[in-house]
Amino acid sequence: MIAEAGLAALWLAAALAGLQLALAFGLGGEKGRSVSTIRGVALAQGLLTLLAFGALISVFLNSDMSVLLVAENSHSEKPWLYKFAGAWGNHEGSMLLWVAVLALSGAVVALFERRLDDRTLGATLGAQAALALGFFAFLLFASNPFERLDPAPIDGRGLNPLLQDPGLAFHPPTLYLGYVGLSVAFSLAVGGLIRGNFGSAIARAMRPWVLAAWVLLTLGITAGSYWAYYELGWGGWWFWDPVENASLMPWLAATALLHSVNVLAARDGLRAWTMMLALIAFSMSMVGTFLVRSGILTSVHSFAVDPTRGTFILALLAIYIGGALILFALRIAHVKEGAPFELVSREGGLVANNLILSVILGIVFVGTLYPLIAEALSGEKLSVGPPYFDSVASPMALVLAALMMIAPQLKWRRDAAPILPRLAPGLLVAVAALAATFILTPNIGMLPRLGLAIGAGLLPASLLPLFGRSLRRTPLSIWGMAIAHLGVAVAILGMASDSAFTEEKLAAARPGETVSVGPWLVEFRQVMPVAGPNWTALEAELRASKGSGAVVLNPQSRYFPSPPTTTNEAAIDTSWNGQLYAVLGERDEQGRWQLRLWWKPFVTLIWLGGILIALGGAIALVGRMVRERRQRIRGEEAFL
Amino acid sequence: MSRLLRFLPLLVLATFVVAVAWRLSRPADEEIRSQLIGQPVPAFALAPALPGRPSLASSDLTSGQPRMINVFASWCVPCIAEAPLLMELKRQGVAIDAVAVRDRPEDVAAFLSRHGDPFDRIGADPESKVQLALGSSGVPESFIVDGRGIIRYQHMGPIEPDDLPVIMREWEAAK
Repeated sequence: MIAEAGLAALWLAAALAGLQLALAFGLGGEKGRSVSTIRGVALAQGLLTLLAFGALISVFLNSDMSVLLVAENSHSEKPWLYKFAGAWGNHEGSMLLWVAVLALSGAVVALFERRLDDRTLGATLGAQAALALGFFAFLLFASNPFERLDPAPIDGRGLNPLLQDPGLAFHPPTLYLGYVGLSVAFSLAVGGLIRGNFGSAIARAMRPWVLAAWVLLTLGITAGSYWAYYELGWGGWWFWDPVENASLMPWLAATALLHSVNVLAARDGLRAWTMMLALIAFSMSMVGTFLVRSGILTSVHSFAVDPTRGTFILALLAIYIGGALILFALRIAHVKEGAPFELVSREGGLVANNLILSVILGIVFVGTLYPLIAEALSGEKLSVGPPYFDSVASPMALVLAALMMIAPQLKWRRDAAPILPRLAPGLLVAVAALAATFILTPNIGMLPRLGLAIGAGLLPASLLPLFGRSLRRTPLSIWGMAIAHLGVAVAILGMASDSAFTEEKLAAARPGETVSVGPWLVEFRQVMPVAGPNWTALEAELRASKGSGAVVLNPQSRYFPSPPTTTNEAAIDTSWNGQLYAVLGERDEQGRWQLRLWWKPFVTLIWLGGILIALGGAIALVGRMVRERRQRIRGEEAFL
Repeated sequence: MSRLLRFLPLLVLATFVVAVAWRLSRPADEEIRSQLIGQPVPAFALAPALPGRPSLASSDLTSGQPRMINVFASWCVPCIAEAPLLMELKRQGVAIDAVAVRDRPEDVAAFLSRHGDPFDRIGADPESKVQLALGSSGVPESFIVDGRGIIRYQHMGPIEPDDLPVIMREWEAAK
């Protein structure tokens, strides 16, 4: 019954999306009166979609094996959390989650958006409904999550063990919230383009959505990177895998948008560019979803390969992105240039930021799709790997980081004061760090060396915008910016340190033997069988010490019977200055076990930096919302 | 904003959609084939993998008779599974040479004494240079080279019992 109720709610929501679209662009959409109707429809559509998603979670929690999706992806003996997360750990469920977030975002816009005029708001909600309608159709016709299975099996097949991890239970929803949050920026840009409204009101309406989506994308990518790091057992934290790139591309576009939307909101500049970025950011989300969902690019993550579904999403993507880009090309000629500015100014810095981010986005986009295009044109098979991305994207990222040392301190419009005094603290630290790397570690590569120098210089430079202000009266958004930029510095230091100083040891050892890696002496004591709720494992006991004291590491080689899969669970010991990372491999015929050990100095800074970046974004978001609320109340008081 | 710039994103989108639609209509062939089939073996001369055993050079492959090259390593588990089948091929008259990838002489010797030694010549390829030059993407892989030194056939992964008829057919064809 619950499954049927969920399906009915989904159909009803789809019908409401159709109605919302018709109201927005057809039946009296020009009149202000109908906007309140559209608001109501959008709200109802959001709630019904939420209901459908609730129904899916309910059938998973109850292990209702008569639902095909549950039978294929769940198991009655699975821990509670994974039954719950299993609802979106599969194609249909994750698409329903995607649509639920899309519809709910539309509902939130309908409920709370007060900055826009009725015509623009109506067109925005119409655009949001058009997006939702296509994805409802995709769910109902090509990916029905509520399909029944008759007769029902006695038990289900289980969830991919790699996904049975608390971190991963919440990684996809976080990313999806980020992806789909960008849909509102897209719809606002479309609404603005349709109604000829490109002013700062659009930017102010867009800003909280971009910030929130960006914070969630940052968290999602950071978590995903850490998951790949400890779960795949390869010791790396980023693999330039197509699925990783699929989440990085919207993030890069959103980062650029986040900065340009501020120029539009504060200075009414960069109008056309901001609209373009708003379209591109969500386009990248759809491209990302498509790449992941169609399984079209070979990837360690490859989920589902299904040409029908792939074609369906491709058609949606071509219609939405193509339509929006045509609208942009036709309308943008009518946009008046925004407020002028000089090259050396806050705007100039932000334009440079946007250009560099766009170039990095282009590099990742081309690198991700090049194998496909090359094969289509010449039949030649190749893969584009880390050497390309590292050598092309990393220098650009470092240039961007260097720009971050000065740009936030520039004044709006024009800045005639000398630059050097403001640049000095960061520059001095960077030069000192560079000299230190030459003296202390002469043999590291050029990129990590520059990364260490620029990362170190950015530490003080990112905090400079806070100086010379009364800290108590500094707006939260400035605090947020400083913290986010500090996070970038911290993350760069982590990445540079990891690539410069990591030590790796591959050993075949018998119990009782000792292996050394970095400052650690690792004694391989024994291998014992252990059992978990739905797995059995061989677990090694490693006793690692450096001088005094010792830690025990227990890497496992885990076997899941349902579905039959073996995974390597790395054991990681985190100390203030790095991580010791151990993986247990196979046993050879002479009774030696493969051990892979890494000592990774300061690698944790990568994810700490990611968290700081997200925290900065969250602080800025709260600051913006509090300030707007205050201004609105003040405005209403003045009106009274 | 110039007209070209305004329509550039559309052009990028069109390229993307066409490339992806092409892939959707033609599912990927996951195997990586050597570009060298039908081509002469690239020139190489390897050091012997075992002291006292003849080593392998590309000039050894133009003797007028076909030869099989087996790319293997003592550290490779599927190579163990493959070993008895190589012995069987040798029994059926296939002349086999080997390239030992990233290996040590004592390990190679131990591997051969344990799992059988069907090889006439064994070259050591400590940096995978010859392996890559042959267009091989992993171990084990086997190539059949005809008497003029032209690569005729590539077998990826361990040879399994089902593969023997195909390999024998290719071997006869290369004569």
